[in-house]
Amino acid sequence: MSVLRPLDKLPSLNTATILLVGTEDALLQQLVDSMLKEDCTSELKVHLAKSLPLPSSVNPPRIDLIVFVVNLHSKYSLQNTEESLHHVDASFFLGKVCFLATGAGRESHCSIHQHTVVKLVHTYQSPLLYCDLEVEGFQATMAQRLVRMLQMCDGHVPGVSALNLLSLLRSSEGPSLEDM
Amino acid sequence: MDSYDASESTPRQSTSLRPEDYFIGATFLQKRLESVRKQTSFIPTPPRRKIPHCSQLQEDVDPQKVAFLLHKQWTLYSLTPLYKFSYSNLKEYSRLLNAFIVAEKQKGLAVEVGEDFNVKVIFSTVLGIKGTQRDPEAFLVQILSKSQLPSENREGKVLWTGWFCCIFGDSLLETVSEDFTCLPLFLANGAESNTAIIGTWFQKTFDCYFSPLAINAFNLSWMAAMWTACKMDHYVATTEFLWSVPCSPQSLDISYAIHPEDAKAIWDSVHKTPGEVTQEEVDLFMDCLYSHFHRHFKIHLSATRLVRVSTSVASAHTDGKIKILCHKYLIGVLAHLTELAIFQIE
Repeated sequence: MSVLRPLDKLPSLNTATILLVGTEDALLQQLVDSMLKEDCTSELKVHLAKSLPLPSSVNPPRIDLIVFVVNLHSKYSLQNTEESLHHVDASFFLGKVCFLATGAGRESHCSIHQHTVVKLVHTYQSPLLYCDLEVEGFQATMAQRLVRMLQMCDGHVPGVSALNLLSLLRSSEGPSLEDM
Repeated sequence: MDSYDASESTPRQSTSLRPEDYFIGATFLQKRLESVRKQTSFIPTPPRRKIPHCSQLQEDVDPQKVAFLLHKQWTLYSLTPLYKFSYSNLKEYSRLLNAFIVAEKQKGLAVEVGEDFNVKVIFSTVLGIKGTQRDPEAFLVQILSKSQLPSENREGKVLWTGWFCCIFGDSLLETVSEDFTCLPLFLANGAESNTAIIGTWFQKTFDCYFSPLAINAFNLSWMAAMWTACKMDHYVATTEFLWSVPCSPQSLDISYAIHPEDAKAIWDSVHKTPGEVTQEEVDLFMDCLYSHFHRHFKIHLSATRLVRVSTSVASAHTDGKIKILCHKYLIGVLAHLTELAIFQIE
């Protein structure tokens, strides 16, 4: 099927699945390695995809959190993300999608204006995280953060749901109304 | 809802009749002020809605006088405001800087083999390189070698040139007090050692700070679009782009040259709003180039980094090097660079 839906598969027992979508293979691989080192109360499954839709040969279990990774140095990654977003069902955006922007630290290499990404993220009403995945310290922290978010999204933290988390994470200050 | 304080401008939502008024000279500054103000009061900064890039050459700029600024490669720096700088003391500054340079060179800090210690420093103002009347006058510093022989060319060879300017620097001018002179853009041509010595002297004397101005790929693509949009009578150079492909062990470079008239034709087909350049148009222009390249070579240029743009108007490199080829658009190019410099300072 071409569109990812959050509730179309039965949840597997005690597993949390995260899908990372992005063009930067090397960086994503390192992030995945850091995440797998983290403590997680449930079994952690990480899927990597260059873009959506996922190829038909792949049959992932129910996905609890999708993270779209945009590299500010490359316009291609932004275009790829925009195209992949069309293949995600709207109900995913109730807290189960988050955006990660990497490369903001090296301003001289940036090809995309930060505002473009902020506008995109605002359209999809999802949180935007900044992290320079090239720096190991930041990468480790981000891996930790993503694992925590994943645990909340898949219901393993009692009392907090994905939607709760979304309302906490979303910044109230978006792009000015006239630009929308 | 916009913070439009200007008395004669009206909110953007009003009828489309008003925008025509924006392109008259008097309100040009207002619109510029608004766009710059919106940039600085907004976090994060939005993609800019550029104002007309058409030539704003003031009447009193003599093409002959600014000819020495063209066709030279300048290294860009951004400079914080100068404290207690006075245009009437230029001779005094020449003398002091001269003494400083001689002292530094004798200290052996900047030893170049065969260096002639007989140098002369000249400070001079360059009239007309400004955007509005409020901008401070641009001034020039030159290091000339004093020739020993009493021959005709008493002036000697120019060893190093550096000039300071400010074009439409209103956002900065408004924020500083009277004692400061704002000349945020500094361009240098010549030996790096001389630039360092001059920089040190200025920093000590006027309590300012130089920092190299790098131009990122985003701004380079804006420059490419704006310079391609300039109307030229005849093109002196092909339009060329250089991309750097990030790969190990060494990065590869991809260079792409187009006939300037073809580039102009592409621009004209994407350009909608007359007199203004928008982010969407720049993106479309670059996407046309990328998709053409992809069709032929199956390489996604959008995944690479733009490092150099070269057109008949000017050429710029990401390390902060610029060469201006056309005097008609000198002020326009400098205005854009001033904006980048101010952005870096802030």
